[in-house]
Amino acid sequence: MIVELGHYALILALMVALVQSILPLYGAQARNPALMGLAVPAAVTQLALVAFSFGVLTWAFVKSDFSLAVVTANSHTLKPMLYKVTGVWGNHEGSLHLWVLILALFGAAVAVFGANLPAALRARVIGVQGAIGVAFLAFLIFTSNPFWRLAEPPLNGADLNPLLQDPGLAFHPPFLYLGYVGLSMAFSFAVAALIEGRVDAAWARWVRPWTLTAWVFLTIGIVLGSWWAYYELGWGGFWFWDPVENASFMPWLLAAALLHCAIVVEKREALKSWTILLAILAFGFSLIGTFIVRSGVITSVHSFASDPARGVFILAILGFFTGGALLLFALRASAMESKGLFGMVSREGALVANNILLAVSAFVVFIGTIWPLIAEIVMGRTVSVGEPFFNAAFTPFAVALAVILPPGAMLAWKRGSLSRSLRSLVPAAVLALALAALAWAMQTGRSALGPVGLGLGGWLVFGALTDLWARTGRGANRPGRLIRLPRADWGKATAHAGLGIVIFAVAALHAWKVEDIRIAKLGETFPLGSYEVTLKDVRQVEGPNYTSTTAEMLVTKDGAPVATLFPEKRVYPVQAMPTTEAAIDQGLFRDLYLVIGDPQQGGGWAVRGYIEPFASWLWTGAALMALGGFLSLTDRRYRVAAGARKASVQGVPAE
Amino acid sequence: MSVVRKRWWGGTPACILAIGLALATPALAVQPDEILADPALEARARDISRQIRCPVCQGESIDDSNATISRDLRIILRERLVAGDSDDQVIDFLVARYGEFILYNPRATGSNLILWLAGPAMLALGGGIALAAFRRKTAPETGLSADEEARLKEILKR
Repeated sequence: MIVELGHYALILALMVALVQSILPLYGAQARNPALMGLAVPAAVTQLALVAFSFGVLTWAFVKSDFSLAVVTANSHTLKPMLYKVTGVWGNHEGSLHLWVLILALFGAAVAVFGANLPAALRARVIGVQGAIGVAFLAFLIFTSNPFWRLAEPPLNGADLNPLLQDPGLAFHPPFLYLGYVGLSMAFSFAVAALIEGRVDAAWARWVRPWTLTAWVFLTIGIVLGSWWAYYELGWGGFWFWDPVENASFMPWLLAAALLHCAIVVEKREALKSWTILLAILAFGFSLIGTFIVRSGVITSVHSFASDPARGVFILAILGFFTGGALLLFALRASAMESKGLFGMVSREGALVANNILLAVSAFVVFIGTIWPLIAEIVMGRTVSVGEPFFNAAFTPFAVALAVILPPGAMLAWKRGSLSRSLRSLVPAAVLALALAALAWAMQTGRSALGPVGLGLGGWLVFGALTDLWARTGRGANRPGRLIRLPRADWGKATAHAGLGIVIFAVAALHAWKVEDIRIAKLGETFPLGSYEVTLKDVRQVEGPNYTSTTAEMLVTKDGAPVATLFPEKRVYPVQAMPTTEAAIDQGLFRDLYLVIGDPQQGGGWAVRGYIEPFASWLWTGAALMALGGFLSLTDRRYRVAAGARKASVQGVPAE
Repeated sequence: MSVVRKRWWGGTPACILAIGLALATPALAVQPDEILADPALEARARDISRQIRCPVCQGESIDDSNATISRDLRIILRERLVAGDSDDQVIDFLVARYGEFILYNPRATGSNLILWLAGPAMLALGGGIALAAFRRKTAPETGLSADEEARLKEILKR
């Protein structure tokens, strides 16, 4: 019965979303305050209904209600409780339900926190958000309904794919979706602005925090996924240029471009139409990502069940929203007159270069991802595009971006002096070059990748510090002023330094990784880089819903113990599926990464060992980027805007 | 069919079934018994195997894949290397048997040129548009008109 209530609430949410998408938009056009005012309760009601429905679905998973088709296909009574709950979004239907929930959450957030928006703009934004809600609620209900009952419920379910039975499932998808779906806010603001034909600094001040929020979540989501892959895969890779990874990376790149050019609109009222276009494209790429993941047109290790009907439905949603918004853009873009003029060598000019590089690199990822599809349909040529292509085609743009970032970030607005910002960066450049030379001298191989990565990373980190120091001006008490700098400045420096650390870690992991694959007998000691590893024991262990072959391996360095690690190989009997659980000793400068394989015929076990240099720097750097975004989000100018909202709310009765 | 990579998306039920059947005894990608004694040759073999796609998997290189055919391919390419083939010859040998589908690094020939040149072309286009816009915008730097001059004086008097 409660399942039917959840199903009913979901259908009701679709109806509410229909109201939310039509009446406020009409009301804003007809200047009818009552209809415009409907947007707020509609958005909040939609959230309440979708949240209730999602709660019911979770309840069905927790209670193992096998009368639901989706629970039967993806759950099992023996599954630990954590995976019963996270298993809700470990499948197509449930994860789409989460998608819709987060969409409704953002719609309601504008309704609740948007009191200082002009009434018409707010009505339009919530209306557009409602329209996206209609499309995805319809998609959920008509093609992927999680509340389908089975006529004859089985005694037990088919269990969740063992690969997904990991704490990573708890956090990675929700954060990723908060990012993906968060970009719908920028889209809704862009479409609303196009309908009004007005983009100004106030609009940018409203869009930027939403974009920044989405970007921060997307960063966290991507990094969690990367980290999950790293510790779960069994060979220590962290990024594979898989179509589904690319699907999350493209919106991330475009969102990064968008939050930079929104600064230009906010401060200088220039680049308006480009900002609008980027907002449309960023969400458009989120939709393309959804299409890639759920349609199955592009083969990927982690695509969902491929169903042509679903693919066509998403393609229709994609065509309607992106196509419609682009058409609106073509009609209205000329109305977006830019006010601020600026020279080529200026902060604005540098941000234009940043945007070109980010957008082109997103385009390279895009064409690489869909090229197999195009080549097959148009040329009848079956080709694959993988890591070697992306490494070769993407890296130059990333490097170019890193090279121009520090001087660009220090240029003055409107008209800057390149030689002046370069002169102040001389110490940073010298330090970065010294680091690169040191790495070159210390490494044994001939690859330039490591030193170049360290040099570039150093350039970004020292550049960010130089920028921060330069912001304190001249004279006495510079440290005091440093602390009191706006949070946006701190956020900028933190995020840029984080990017530098990420670039360094990626280069280091590619250049200096040590791998060892061998057969080890019990009690045998073998070298791994500068460490020695001893296979002490291999034993069988029973888990709640799996059996595990657990190895005990002692790592020593020059005889002194470093760590005892327990890599596992698990078999989940319900799905008759093996998984590897690598054991990792995390360190400041390296991760020790051990994997146990199969017993060998002549005795002994297949064993893999890796030394992953600076692996934790990758996650730290990415976390700094997210932290930088968050710091920028708490900048005074946004808090002041929030204060203004309170004032206007108090002012209403007096009018 | 195999799954080495794990993400929450998982595979289709049919795919999972196939994995279960194919991998009664799971193995991890490159096996110790495949490795060549000569480290330089082995490094070349690994380099090549990372660029070759497993023909039956959902999107993995033969270096990562557990499928039987990937193991066969890894062994074949090592045999070719031991026989004295160059890297290109080994890759040609594999492409002649399995088609260019197995190349993760698509060759920059024929229609694939579009793929390789798309990025630089887009950069040129974007850069060109930006440059043209700068030139157009920054050209006239006129001062205040007579009207504006008068209005400015008026404002300053207040």
